[in-house]
Amino acid sequence: MFRTALRNVLAHKARLLMTVLAVMLGVAFVSGTLVFTNTISDAYQKSSAKGFDQVDVAVRPKSQEDKGDTVGKEHKLTRPLLDKVAAAPGAGTAVGVVNGFTAIAGKDGKLIGGGFQSQGGNYWGTDDPRYPLTKGHAPHGEDEVAIDSETARRAGYKVGDTVRISVDGPVLAPTVTGVFTTDDGNVAAGGSLALFDTATAQRLFHSVGSYDEIDVKAAAGTSQTALRAAIDRVVPEDVASTTTGRQLADDQATQIAAAMSGMKTGLLVFAGISLFVGTFIIANTFTMLVAQRTKELALLRAVGASRRQVTRSVLVEAFVVGAVAAVAGLAAGIGIGAGMRSLMGTFGATVPDGPLVVSPGTVGTALLVGVLITMLAAWLPGRRAAKIPPVAAMSSVHAKATTKSLVLRNTLGALLAAAGVAVVLYATTMDGSDGQAPMGFGAVLLIIGVFVLTPLLSRPLIAAAAPVLRVFGISGKLARQNSVRNPRRTAATASALMIGLTLITGMTVMAGSLQKSIDKMASSAIRADYVVSMANGNSLSPDVEKKLAGVDGVTDTSSLRNAPSRIDRQTEFLTGVNGPAITELTDLDVTDGSFQVGGTRVVVDKDTAASHHWKAGSQFTVSYEDGKKQRLTVAGVYEGNEMIQGIILDNATLSPHQTDASDMQVMLKTSHGASEATKDRLEKALGDNPAIKVQDKQDLSDGIAQMFTLMLNMLYGLLAMAVVVAVLGVINTLAMSVFERSQEIGMLRAIGLDRKGIKRMVRLESLVISLFGGVLGIGLGVFFGWAAGELLGSRMSTYELVLPWGRMAVFLLLAATVGVLAALWPARRAARLNMLTAIKSE
Amino acid sequence: MTTTPLAGTTTAVAARATELSKVYGQGETQVVALDRVSVDFRQAEFTAIMGPSGSGKSTLMHCVAGLDTFSNGSVRIGETELGSLKDKQLTKLRRDKIGFIFQAFNLLPTLTALENITLPMDIAGRKPDKQWLDTVIKMIGLSDRLGHRPSQLSGGQQQRVAVARALASRPDIIFGDEPTGNLDSRSGAEVLGFLRNSVRELGQTVVMVTHDPVAAAYADRVVFLADGRIVDEVYGPTAESVLDRMKQFDGKGRTS
Repeated sequence: MFRTALRNVLAHKARLLMTVLAVMLGVAFVSGTLVFTNTISDAYQKSSAKGFDQVDVAVRPKSQEDKGDTVGKEHKLTRPLLDKVAAAPGAGTAVGVVNGFTAIAGKDGKLIGGGFQSQGGNYWGTDDPRYPLTKGHAPHGEDEVAIDSETARRAGYKVGDTVRISVDGPVLAPTVTGVFTTDDGNVAAGGSLALFDTATAQRLFHSVGSYDEIDVKAAAGTSQTALRAAIDRVVPEDVASTTTGRQLADDQATQIAAAMSGMKTGLLVFAGISLFVGTFIIANTFTMLVAQRTKELALLRAVGASRRQVTRSVLVEAFVVGAVAAVAGLAAGIGIGAGMRSLMGTFGATVPDGPLVVSPGTVGTALLVGVLITMLAAWLPGRRAAKIPPVAAMSSVHAKATTKSLVLRNTLGALLAAAGVAVVLYATTMDGSDGQAPMGFGAVLLIIGVFVLTPLLSRPLIAAAAPVLRVFGISGKLARQNSVRNPRRTAATASALMIGLTLITGMTVMAGSLQKSIDKMASSAIRADYVVSMANGNSLSPDVEKKLAGVDGVTDTSSLRNAPSRIDRQTEFLTGVNGPAITELTDLDVTDGSFQVGGTRVVVDKDTAASHHWKAGSQFTVSYEDGKKQRLTVAGVYEGNEMIQGIILDNATLSPHQTDASDMQVMLKTSHGASEATKDRLEKALGDNPAIKVQDKQDLSDGIAQMFTLMLNMLYGLLAMAVVVAVLGVINTLAMSVFERSQEIGMLRAIGLDRKGIKRMVRLESLVISLFGGVLGIGLGVFFGWAAGELLGSRMSTYELVLPWGRMAVFLLLAATVGVLAALWPARRAARLNMLTAIKSE
Repeated sequence: MTTTPLAGTTTAVAARATELSKVYGQGETQVVALDRVSVDFRQAEFTAIMGPSGSGKSTLMHCVAGLDTFSNGSVRIGETELGSLKDKQLTKLRRDKIGFIFQAFNLLPTLTALENITLPMDIAGRKPDKQWLDTVIKMIGLSDRLGHRPSQLSGGQQQRVAVARALASRPDIIFGDEPTGNLDSRSGAEVLGFLRNSVRELGQTVVMVTHDPVAAAYADRVVFLADGRIVDEVYGPTAESVLDRMKQFDGKGRTS
């Protein structure tokens, strides 16, 4: 039986081509993801392990225990502690580490790197073992800085240049005195590192007289564990903890692996979608092969092959096809993995160098996935093959599918779809996260229901296209009839395209609606003309607000200050604002009481109020960072949003309890409203700081829009593979149709339909099938987008459905393009068919 | 050879092949399918082409009907010389001037009987001549089955639809490729009766390739082919005379 199956595969090479390609693409996606993520994570792990070369034991401060009503705060690592550690037996050099955010501006005044990996630190003494200097000397005093060689190369800075640097507000302009090399993982990943002398760093990073970490290098002959034990004896247990360098490297490796596995899972989900789409093509192809071989299979049955043997022969064929496709897919995947890495390089995302990692796991997964998917999808056709009665070998007519199965199928499909719609609708009435699981379940039911129903739906939907097709005369009429001739096959082909378009449309609808609502929320809640914040989301120095308040034309300012506190034995973050000005700068809907912030009167957002059972007039006790307690009164309850939420109190009330104020944002209003000139004045007042963003409402909207666009584009890119596989499916179906109908096409040519007419007929059939899938997909997508929006929007007062008509038209056009492109080759083949052989065949 | 005994009134030629040759392959493997064949098919005449398999009878029909290209010589349908025509013009010619009847019926399963009959006109984008269509449909006797699809019709009925399809567009000439090959003798006789009637009553020109002497006996004239050449022709054939001619010519074919 195996040989028969193998012969069959070889005999139908051309007809299996699209199937192989579809499986191959899916497998390539899977293996490409695995190779890429493994390679990247391996490279990061190696580079971060190198970063710990200079550390045998690290001493880190411990948080004060979170107990009762006090807020946990970190102990400080002081100079005396460092001296004690350095004196521990077996300790070589001990370095006090200070670090924080430091933005470096390029020569064009713009921030170097993304902002999240812009780091600053201290250069220890004159010869820091961590950072070997390649040029110049160690920085000394606040006018000198050393920068890493990669940043120096990228920005074109040399020793002696003045660079503009910002830590949390005022711009500094020190001179570069040294350029050093580093194995720091952040720098390897495209960040920057600027080093000051220790005293300057301590002052800039608000930790005068203390260190963030003490790194100890062991003396020759002392092991990491021995050194750690020695240090443990001199460091008070409640103040600091010690870790060996190896442990740190391991921890970081685990962290990187975890971060990469999130990315890997995300990509694999999309690879899975592509594979799922591929199963429709596999099933279509094997159904056709079985139908064409009815006689042959019946003969096998007649001469004594059992049903099981017939099924098995089909599965063996699937196995061979799957294996070939999987091997090809794996090879393509390795190529994709390598390509992606170099692609990231060209986009400016620096990835540490490292070898391409193709683990046995990757190879095994790719092969297994390819083979299993193919065999699984061929299972049903295989079962159907086994049901062919031996007598079919004698009859000339292919066994016809009974209508009974379609009746059963339609009933089942209708039930599933109806249940799906009902569950989704029910879920929309639920609240936020509660509704997610039922909605997902309903969506799956509905999609399966539609899959099952597509053969039934194909007739009325395609009939609706008849008036348009009539324009194309007989070609249009024949195309329409051909497309509903094999409803199952048409349905499977259209479904494959439907999946991709459902997801694409659903995401677009959801993203568009969310963007609009967030945008509306942000703009309607803010009266301020400008919002000033740090590029990386870090906190601003309190100087910033003072400086801005002094700018000509600025009428009101308020910082949004973050402070942890304990209320009812829970940690709550307080938002400190400039009480007298806040109502000029924000416009929040008040649901209870009034918006009064000052003294002990505070306002609370609805969710927080609900969780504490507060209403206007309620009183509660807060424990601040410094351990002091105060009784506050809820003056009002407001509708919170993404930007402003939580307990809002006056900075005058909060400040006395804070050592380091951290302003997340500064909002301000000017007498003449927002304008370019005003923005310039504000930026100038802040010293044209590269790390500080001054945004007006439009900038905020643009920022939100940009975020959504980026996310959508990424999703489009990932779903593109599913669409490509669906295109292969359409090509496959058309090629099958042309092959099966060669006699008819020959006859049509003989009685006078020209090549153009034949081509048009095939193209229109393709268009009809693709648009059928497109319409179903877009329809379902809109429904899911609406339903998901209802669910998410139940928490947003400003939520409203935005139907992206333009985009939807583009998607429909995309479906049409898919149809036209997919028909290119089959239509050509049909038009070139040899009439005489076509007529004579049979 | 100058007058048609049965049609009598006209001598106009519907199709003519002159010195027609068709050669497959080159050099050693060269096969001559048609060897300088010259033949006329007169209007309102029913001609049968006969010959053993491999004699070139189908090739002759395909070349004259504009379905196949030829190597040398000329073919005319009415006043049109086929040799100089491009595929597009040939297609148009087949559409407008020629009707076909195939052995395997070759109806489109998605179309009803009536739609199949009017298919050539639909392809041309022409409205069928209602009166003529009625005449044709009445003649083949399928008035009550026009809404059926081919799968709901018997083989004989399907071939009658095919005959109607060939007649409906009033082509200059109809070619039949073993039109009764897939039919039982009763249905075959019916179909052949229609073809003969169409010639006698409607003045249609019909050329049919067959290997069945009984079918050939319906024709006005039988042309015999062997080894790519016309070896004989018989007017007013009967099944017996054709069979005799076949036997005799078989013997000759073997010795020559």
